[in-house]
Amino acid sequence: MEKLQYQGHLHTLQKELMGDYYAELTASANGSGLPAAYLLIGGNPVEILRAFDILPVFPEVNALQLAVRKQSLPFIQAAEFMGYSSDNCAYVKADIGMYFGGRTTPFATIPEPSLLLCNYVGCNVYLDWFEHLADYSRRPIFQLDIPFIRTASGKPSKDDIAYVTTQLHRLIEQCEEITGRKLDQDRLREAVRLSSETGALWSKIKHLTKAHPAPYDAYFDSVTMMAPLYCLRGTQAGLDFFETAYAELQEKANAGIGALSEERFRYVIEGPPPWPHLRTFRDMFSRWSAIAVASTYSTVGGLWEFGFTHDPDSPIESIARHLLEWNLTNRNFLQRYDQIGRYIEEWDAHALVIHSVKSCRLFSAGQGDMREYFTKRGIPTLLVESDLEDPRYFSEAQMRNRIDAFFESLEHRSTQGQSVTV
Amino acid sequence: MITTTASRNLEEVIEECRTIFDIPGIEPAVAWKHAERGRKLIGCFPVYTPVEIFHAAGALPVGLAGGGNRLEIVHSDSRFQSFVCSIIKSTLEQGMTGMLDEIDGMVFHSICDSARNLASVYTRNFPNTPVEYLHYPQNFALPEAAMHLRSEYERLATFAASITGTTVTPGRLKESLSLYNRIRRLIRLLYGLRAERPHAIRTSELYSLVRVGNLTPPERHAEILVEALAAIERREGKSRDRLRILIVGSFCEQPPIDLISAVEDAGCYVVDDDFLIGRRWLIGDVDTGVSDPLLALADGYRNQSVASPVKHDLRVSQSQMLIDRARRLNADAVIVLCAKFCEPALFAYPLYRRALQAAGIPNLFLEFEEKMWMFDRVKNEIETFVESMLFA
Ligand code: SF4
Ligand code: SF4
Repeated sequence: MEKLQYQGHLHTLQKELMGDYYAELTASANGSGLPAAYLLIGGNPVEILRAFDILPVFPEVNALQLAVRKQSLPFIQAAEFMGYSSDNCAYVKADIGMYFGGRTTPFATIPEPSLLLCNYVGCNVYLDWFEHLADYSRRPIFQLDIPFIRTASGKPSKDDIAYVTTQLHRLIEQCEEITGRKLDQDRLREAVRLSSETGALWSKIKHLTKAHPAPYDAYFDSVTMMAPLYCLRGTQAGLDFFETAYAELQEKANAGIGALSEERFRYVIEGPPPWPHLRTFRDMFSRWSAIAVASTYSTVGGLWEFGFTHDPDSPIESIARHLLEWNLTNRNFLQRYDQIGRYIEEWDAHALVIHSVKSCRLFSAGQGDMREYFTKRGIPTLLVESDLEDPRYFSEAQMRNRIDAFFESLEHRSTQGQSVTV
Repeated sequence: MITTTASRNLEEVIEECRTIFDIPGIEPAVAWKHAERGRKLIGCFPVYTPVEIFHAAGALPVGLAGGGNRLEIVHSDSRFQSFVCSIIKSTLEQGMTGMLDEIDGMVFHSICDSARNLASVYTRNFPNTPVEYLHYPQNFALPEAAMHLRSEYERLATFAASITGTTVTPGRLKESLSLYNRIRRLIRLLYGLRAERPHAIRTSELYSLVRVGNLTPPERHAEILVEALAAIERREGKSRDRLRILIVGSFCEQPPIDLISAVEDAGCYVVDDDFLIGRRWLIGDVDTGVSDPLLALADGYRNQSVASPVKHDLRVSQSQMLIDRARRLNADAVIVLCAKFCEPALFAYPLYRRALQAAGIPNLFLEFEEKMWMFDRVKNEIETFVESMLFA
């Protein structure tokens, strides 16, 4: 088969930007850069760090970079040697293995943290992960306790918002201690404004895949854009990237240019990607001319496409809302069913693919129920299993067979009009 | 039904307890419900539930503890994957096979991602059972945490009242708090007694005495505990030269009781454990002399509760607390006994291991599943471990 090409201007620009970001990490590690704070992707207050010139470091992004470069396994094994279980989230294991391996990676030297900012937004593993890092590094930790969305309204309560706002003020105090500077309100407002505009552009980009054909793949290309969305949100460079991205993708949409030369199947995909085998996995869909028009994974750190934006006029409260309500990780599992349902309908998809990863129970625990829910509603649904970080759980032949069987039956279905579950 | 006769010996009391709880379902609680019109049951998933609130609303809080090793998982394993712990699946299985039909409300808590998603799946599959999800604070240094938890408890009280029709007034709540304070004191006495004279009560017996509270009204549970304490005093037995073991890691899904016995049969005294830890989560009495008992209960969670892998109180080092506990109890070794796929327990282990090694305390890591019924391999491992210590 001819090797498919997915590279475009955006990918090159992203590589440059991420290269710069990682150079900043290395500079920080060498003592010539900014102080670093570790924090997590799922809804976070990175704008506060930016206002203090504290460099955000995302252990999840580092872990996935290791996996993409096929470097994660030795670190995972090193952590397992320390007593971590084969059943624990492998992001944590890769990161801890790397931490004890001198924090050197092929893309950067990861600085020691001046602050461990554990933004507990849904994922309980976050708490373990940062508790362990605090134990190993003996650096200060701040636990940001974000109440989960747990009532039928699907909204945080007034108490929740007040509770989180109070904590954000305490976080600011801690940043003041670390940097020896008072918070500059204008800088915070500016960072929040940049986030707000970035989020608005990202939302517009997301809606572009409603076009037929979709101008980019909302899973495999979204992950390219997610790195700057998280690592550079709240900066001008981040905003510039999204301006370019939107212009480029909108032009494609207007011109009716699709991401694939032919678009036969439009699907929604749920779950994180198999980072160690990303390219192989992508090809399994491309060869069927199947494109992801929406993905839940691209909302882990923020759900912008349904109307949320940060508000520079009330920066702290809007950060609190982002943390509480407007990201996938802090929303309950049934809200995810609704989210997927909207994607299927509004983005005009024919099928749902669930990539169930062993590492991440936040995502995966109960996805069999999700499959049942959508199948009953007549949505052809495929559930495949592997992992997001550990290369050992990807069985290529089996995965390919299942995906082939699924699209074959979809093909058949389009002529026969019957339902499919694989 | 248990009949109290002052002279029952401990074996008889335990036998009664086992008939009550050693079943795959919740029939004794259902029998309580049906004994009088209007009675309600609220199912409490582990680890810790402020059961006083439900009791004050007139409901019986039912402690869910999975399906044991006699419930076959037939339906729920298509909903939850192979890498999810068993209690998630067995609880859903109980629901799907009608065993929880008499439950009038369910509560889950923010203990782990699997239990969190189960709360959603349960809600969807059983639309006639109201489900609550409780967020426990995870920043214990934060003074506001208790107030926020109080607002959670208030929602729980409203939930309970909507099921039973009885409002949780401060007066009623104080009465319930006193009753559960008493139960916790009795359990603490039993635990203290076992640590001091482990030959006087086996761990499997102690376990039964606590576990029976899952399906028994608390008033009756208190009577059983009192009776057991008296029976232990009458018991004869001599202390033997055995290894003193501390077991941690089984705070949620429960190991089969025969597995607990197997540890003892290998020649150990278990001097402390965290089985059914929710029943003794609060380590002191909740103050009932205050005007806001709900806040007192919430404050108990923040400032007076046990260390647990589902709680991330960084004011103290969890592993250091384990070391201190082992030393205080004069334990020779620690067994970390984790439910298979239990993420919080498995994550606790590397920190425990590191600290135990540094402190020179031998330790053994074991995994179990509630549905195990053959223990040969685990038994072997325990025996080898014990031998290696005895002949070291
Ligand atoms: S469990 Fe999932 S969300 Fe949590 S750290 Fe692991 S990969 Fe991230
Ligand atoms: S056994 Fe562990 S993983 Fe399973 S529900 Fe309980 S705490 Fe969660």
